[in-house]
Amino acid sequence: MADSKKRVPMNHVIGFILSLVMTLVAAWAAIQSDLPVTWVIIGIMILALLQAGVQLFMFMHVTEASSGNGHVPWNMMFHGFALAGILVAGSLFVMSFGHDHGDHGDMGENQQHEEQQSEDHSGH
Amino acid sequence: MAAEELKTGPLEYRTQEGQMGIMGFWIFLGAEVVLFATLFATYAVLFGRTADAPLPSELFEPGIVLVMTFLLLTSSFTCGLAIHEMRRGSVKGLMLWMIITLALGLGFLGFEIFEFVHYTHEGATIQSSAFWSAFFILAGTHGLHVTLGIGWAILLLIQIKQRGLTNVTSRKFFIISLYWHFLDVIWIFIFTSVYLIGMVI
Repeated sequence: MADSKKRVPMNHVIGFILSLVMTLVAAWAAIQSDLPVTWVIIGIMILALLQAGVQLFMFMHVTEASSGNGHVPWNMMFHGFALAGILVAGSLFVMSFGHDHGDHGDMGENQQHEEQQSEDHSGH
Repeated sequence: MAAEELKTGPLEYRTQEGQMGIMGFWIFLGAEVVLFATLFATYAVLFGRTADAPLPSELFEPGIVLVMTFLLLTSSFTCGLAIHEMRRGSVKGLMLWMIITLALGLGFLGFEIFEFVHYTHEGATIQSSAFWSAFFILAGTHGLHVTLGIGWAILLLIQIKQRGLTNVTSRKFFIISLYWHFLDVIWIFIFTSVYLIGMVI
């Protein structure tokens, strides 16, 4: 591998800088920016996925000609990631979507009642 | 052709055993992805169920979490450099960067223990609510992995001091580098979906 002859592995340095920048952007978006919460969450989750990609492809030698690409069981890794997505999205879908429970649910209902009342008043 | 490659490629790929060991470790990482996915799913479902305990937005502080993130991110980078040195045939470089990696990992652990103790003093323990149970289990399982990784790497450092770079020792170091990078991947998701989202909402 030509890469291993170099003193400084440039792809590692680039990956490191990319990770630092993405971490700082995510932190800025969450802490400092005035963006809507939904957009912040979508944005920082995308940044997290990109950073995971940097680790996999630039640090973890996922693609490597010198092993004949025979060292990574792609089907099983895909299986793992698909299961992870199903577990998290499925749990949220089953347990949290459509019905708020606990304090939040009550607050939501109260607000709805108040809104309805104020609409009634304005109607009169 | 195969015989020629066996004499030139990175040491860890030269034997069938080495290649299979690395592939087996990737399968293990696939299983670890699923393990952490169950913990993330539990955390996401229990988010907001803090009962009478403090809210995450009251306790999470950007400063310490960012320091922990940069420590682990840098340790992942230095771990990559260690493998790079290993492939250049330098035992010294490998050991130096690996020790730096471990020092950064220990720094991360120190901050995490400090953070957990701080939360406990503020009234958020593993027993205080469903949310904090899920939080401590998720972050704690990651911290436990870091602890195990540090112990594992110390043992490997002792072994490489005694045996030098061989097909076997370089395969072992390559595998722990995969493990260490993987811990950083998990931490990125904890940093984003636990701490950042916890501070936003």
